[in-house]
Amino acid sequence: MKTTPTAIVIGGGLAGLWATLRIADAGFPVQLFSLFEVKRSHSVCAQGGINAVLDTKGQRDSIHQHIVDTLKGGEYLANQPPVKSMCEAAPGLIHTFERMGVTFSRTSEGLLDQRLFGGVKNKRTCFAGASSGQQLLYGVDQQVRRLESLGQVVKFEWWEFLSLLKDADGVCRGILAMDLKSLEIRAFPADVVVIATGGFGQIYAPKTTTSSHCTGAAASRCYQQGAWFANAEFFQFHPTAMIGRDKNRLMSEAARGEGGRIWTPRDPRDARAPNAIPEAERFYFLEEFFPAYGNTVSRDEASRAIWHVTREMGLGIQGTDRVYLDLTHLDRAFVSGRLGAILDIYRKFAGTDPLAAPMEIFPAAHYPMGGLWVDFERDADGGMRPDSPRNQATNLPGLYACGECDYAYHGANRLGANSLLSASFSGRVAGESVVSYLKGLDHRRTPLDQAGVAFEIARQQRLNQDLMRSNGPENPYQLHQALGALMTTRVGVVRVNSELATALDELRELERRAASVALGDSSAWTNQTLVFARQLQDMIRLAMVVAKSALERDECRGAHHKPAFKIPLPEGKFAGDPEFEDYRARWRANNDRWLKTTIAEFSAEGPRIHDEEIDLSIYPPTEPRDYR
Amino acid sequence: MPANRMSIRFKIRRQDAPGSPSYWQEFAIPYAPDHNVISALMVVQNNPVTTDGQRVAPVVWDRNCMEEVCGSCAMLINGVPRPSCSALIDSLTQPIVLEPLPKFPVVRDLLVDRSRIDEGLRRVRAWIEIDGAWDTHEGAPRISPIEWSANYLYSRCMSCGCCLSACPQFGPHSAFIGPAALAQVRLMNAHPTGRYDQAERLHAIMGDGGISDCGNAQNCVRVCPKAIPLTTAIGELGRQTTVQAVKDLFGG
Repeated sequence: MKTTPTAIVIGGGLAGLWATLRIADAGFPVQLFSLFEVKRSHSVCAQGGINAVLDTKGQRDSIHQHIVDTLKGGEYLANQPPVKSMCEAAPGLIHTFERMGVTFSRTSEGLLDQRLFGGVKNKRTCFAGASSGQQLLYGVDQQVRRLESLGQVVKFEWWEFLSLLKDADGVCRGILAMDLKSLEIRAFPADVVVIATGGFGQIYAPKTTTSSHCTGAAASRCYQQGAWFANAEFFQFHPTAMIGRDKNRLMSEAARGEGGRIWTPRDPRDARAPNAIPEAERFYFLEEFFPAYGNTVSRDEASRAIWHVTREMGLGIQGTDRVYLDLTHLDRAFVSGRLGAILDIYRKFAGTDPLAAPMEIFPAAHYPMGGLWVDFERDADGGMRPDSPRNQATNLPGLYACGECDYAYHGANRLGANSLLSASFSGRVAGESVVSYLKGLDHRRTPLDQAGVAFEIARQQRLNQDLMRSNGPENPYQLHQALGALMTTRVGVVRVNSELATALDELRELERRAASVALGDSSAWTNQTLVFARQLQDMIRLAMVVAKSALERDECRGAHHKPAFKIPLPEGKFAGDPEFEDYRARWRANNDRWLKTTIAEFSAEGPRIHDEEIDLSIYPPTEPRDYR
Repeated sequence: MPANRMSIRFKIRRQDAPGSPSYWQEFAIPYAPDHNVISALMVVQNNPVTTDGQRVAPVVWDRNCMEEVCGSCAMLINGVPRPSCSALIDSLTQPIVLEPLPKFPVVRDLLVDRSRIDEGLRRVRAWIEIDGAWDTHEGAPRISPIEWSANYLYSRCMSCGCCLSACPQFGPHSAFIGPAALAQVRLMNAHPTGRYDQAERLHAIMGDGGISDCGNAQNCVRVCPKAIPLTTAIGELGRQTTVQAVKDLFGG
């Protein structure tokens, strides 16, 4: 008997909803799983916008330039065909969003407006007020609701993915999920699974800008079942996040761009109000360290400088992880006009006026470039072959990944406003690949072994029961704080091998402790502590991947900064000078050794690392970057 | 204020399961000036001991973005429905009284079931009828900046449910769809191609539980954390439905 194959999508952010739309559009039923109502996903937090070359600003912007900016921004670590296809698809995606009713900001002529966004020369970022991610997500959320009303999509909100169901050939044939209210564990057979569960900033909590559900637990569970995890060492830290006890909230780079100054008192014991500290007793360290750029130095340099001043020089405000981001010297009307949205966020969440007293900020974990390894098929034009079932496929047959939880589009660092683009694009591509995969399936496949499924349900139920009965000394929420502090200190903005090795030891210790918790809640109904205790174990195993991948990579590239292996640009020397030629030779040798994808595979002893060549077929690195 | 400077005190309405009786518990945590309700609840979660010294189950509540854009964390705080992430402790009278968002079924403690919001959006067909999520090599028709700024106000609705919980007409006792979904009808009907399906959306709010159930209490607009002009939308829809009714009558 031939039945219509079905798909499961896990995660209802921008990528998951795009995948859902494309699969359902092709006539295949989709079961969509999310920890909460899909429109509450972390995609809503992206404020800035989405890049697409529309060339409507008279700047002769080109798709080629978008590709080059993305590749160079990622220091060549991304495979190039997927990046090419993403940049080429961007304008079409924008127009599709527009048809969905997304409220993109407009020019006086009623056309899509575009603005300038970090690190590029041309205006190519579409935006929707100050809530671009929210608006894009709502656009696809509404379309999924449309398909839901037609019966093509069934949502399972408040369900958590626990594990993949594989058949005898190792092919993914569905999932096991838990109802977060009743704690019922149920098998959901399907013919293909898409994971779109976002990033994992919570391993750095509370020094992260990500939402509380960005634990990475789902991706970690796939990894523990054999999916490869790639480039985990590359995590973007945002230099200027306002400090909070629950999370750190992003203060846009525009604050520095418009004249904001970063400083700290020269004396860390100085307890005076910032406005009472005279100029001579303030340390404007970005201006001292980077005379040419001052406060507008790049995100990474700013993060490292703040790290250096607070953690290495001990000069944070009163010795803590805080420095000032000061706008008080600027004209109030000017700042209010240019930075209104940021000022509002600060006032709302700090309760003080950043025009009256400086903001307090610190770097925060913002975006992982790494994620589940996914494949692609290159076509004759050098991009991804449309509709290839290999695109966005993980190494586990029948499992696809997209969005922030894949690794494919940003290399060693992500360009501003490329995250909403990669989430949308990879989600769409994953959906299209899944359709090809489903069309190519042999309908006489052996059915899933029911005894195996029953065994897995029983195993998962036992994990719950063990945690519920456990009466160990540990509290999962306190362990989460320990995890965040350890990752921030030892696997953060600046990496040192001895610290990374220590981090791995400490993570093993945390893993042991996380198995001996007391939940303090014996209820079998909506037991959030049980759910979190499970996620915590998976977060720790993912943190090990980050630490181990960082330990293995002995170089500085993009967001991964290991000063002991930095190749310094010789000052005052240029092409032709022997010192510069020596530098160029070292840079090339370094690329030969390290310009590779890091791939982590799960083993009981810890992550095993190997590497993979990168497809550099479009724009190979020939010259070191030199911004002088 | 001096008394408050020592500790942060909470009185929390708890409920173990749907249908079970609710009860109160009080908690106190050390004072810090930079707490909001979520970060304070996280401290309680780390060590859930009441002021009577009783060790209890951690409080259950909902949160995600903590930037007032996902809508998860709305609850009743000192009697006012609002997101808890932006409820700064220093601006609240103590003991801070936390209760689940009213009008919605309680799941556990401060967590409520807001699926009725989603049902409302489905009922009014709060989407644009596109041919499919593929590139048609065309965008949507132009939208003037003035229209855009009016529409943008409504597109920021995050389904937190504050307006619904404050509305005297909305609740388990009534079929009233409530202001949130109505505002989305206003938004979709303003889109250049969304207009094509205006009649269907208007019909969806012209029957039982539709726009005529609004009692004009204006509570919704007072509690909306995003300052969405909900009553303006309802006023505009009143005119649209009147015109639609006339069209229906005369086959317009």
